[in-house]
Amino acid sequence: MGPVVLVILCIVVFIALSVIVKYNQLVSLRNRIENAWSQIDVQLRRRYDLIPNLVETVKGYAAHEKEVFEKVSEARSAMMSAQGAQAQGEAQNQITSALKSLFAVAEAYPQLKANENFMMLQEELSGTESKIAYARQFYNDQVMTYNTLIQVFPSNVIAGMFGFTQHEYFPMEDVAREPIKVDFKQ
Amino acid sequence: MYEQISGNIWRSRALILLFVAFFAAIGYVFARVEHNILIMPLAIVVAVVMTVGSFYYSDKIVLASMRARPAEASEFPHFVNSVEALALAAGLPVPTPYVIDDPAPNAFATGRDPEHAVICATTGLINMMDRQELEGVIAHEMSHVKNYDIRFMMLVAVMVGAIALMADWFWWSGRLGGFRSRDDEGGGQLQMLWFVIGIALAILAPISAMLIQAAISRRREYLADASGAMLTRFPEGLANALEKIEKDPEPLSSANKATAHLFISNPLREHGGSLNSLFDTHPPLEDRIERLREM
Repeated sequence: MGPVVLVILCIVVFIALSVIVKYNQLVSLRNRIENAWSQIDVQLRRRYDLIPNLVETVKGYAAHEKEVFEKVSEARSAMMSAQGAQAQGEAQNQITSALKSLFAVAEAYPQLKANENFMMLQEELSGTESKIAYARQFYNDQVMTYNTLIQVFPSNVIAGMFGFTQHEYFPMEDVAREPIKVDFKQ
Repeated sequence: MYEQISGNIWRSRALILLFVAFFAAIGYVFARVEHNILIMPLAIVVAVVMTVGSFYYSDKIVLASMRARPAEASEFPHFVNSVEALALAAGLPVPTPYVIDDPAPNAFATGRDPEHAVICATTGLINMMDRQELEGVIAHEMSHVKNYDIRFMMLVAVMVGAIALMADWFWWSGRLGGFRSRDDEGGGQLQMLWFVIGIALAILAPISAMLIQAAISRRREYLADASGAMLTRFPEGLANALEKIEKDPEPLSSANKATAHLFISNPLREHGGSLNSLFDTHPPLEDRIERLREM
């Protein structure tokens, strides 16, 4: 075996190893993205489940504010039909803004604001709101790393070979980043 | 970020090796002084037992010594929600939230790895901070968890304690025995030399260990401030929280010298106007606030 063969062999082994490393990197990132997505999903569901309770409580004090209730239930059903990160994100932002106006309405009813059940729901919702924001921040960070890896050389070759495709970002909206304002100091 | 983490894991391993080697060396010197070669294996056994024991139990000991209790979601919804939220931001399992019933605002993190982590806050902190400030503080603690600072600083603390213990023991046994070994053998000069080395070690080892601990701790605090701000994407939250902590002069009653370095701000010292000393485990608060505001 001449030195030329040896050199070629070394190069082949080196390339094979880099392919394996990059492939594994892509797989573990893709799994992390999937996991991050399910974390968002858990929080979205939690918020979805909290909404009827909140609406009932507010209705007990401000039954005539029909407009707001309609807005909330519309947004809630929009969430059910949304598919994919982009549409989901938009539906979520719709819920966020609907909830904002609901809490704004509540401001005008001091008795409602003092209701223990309402205060608890408010804390739960703003807590969930903040969890959604952080979960999607993490998700988007992972997607960015993954998409970058798919685009840069040489991992783009491996990604193309094994059919890794870019993921959608979960849309961020300025409104959504700001959690519902609640005064916790009492 | 990931280089930071593996750096700390590697450093922790190196530290354990260094510590056992150092203890063996001290043990050897003391064994020469005391004319009892058994001291050396004894020192090694003590070092190993302390390291292993602290690895698994120090978080429980720390929590018990500060009279911390698990935080229930029903009692502290605001705090528990924030811990869960920042675990999502960091992509980590949720650390167990604990509280200390004390009006002094402070917080710390402990545990051996992110799967066995605890984030503890005083009730004073929880009551004083609004959501963004509380999230800032928790993000700082979450960074300690994520970077494996909790493990590294725990090991450092145990080692500093063990070295101090060893030095104390040397003084104590020396006084009791009156260093009688000196006149056992004729070769007084060599024995005298070992004796001097022993005394030097007994004085210098604990001091240098404490200096190293303080220096490491200060650096870690700056780092956790920065990566905490990365998590919330809102440095102002932590800056405001530190400002509130600075204005509150109350010391934390259950903290002591052994646990002071764990906290987000020094629980023992009165804040403000303090000189920057080599023994400080925390950088001055004004400086940290300034750095956060510049981000």
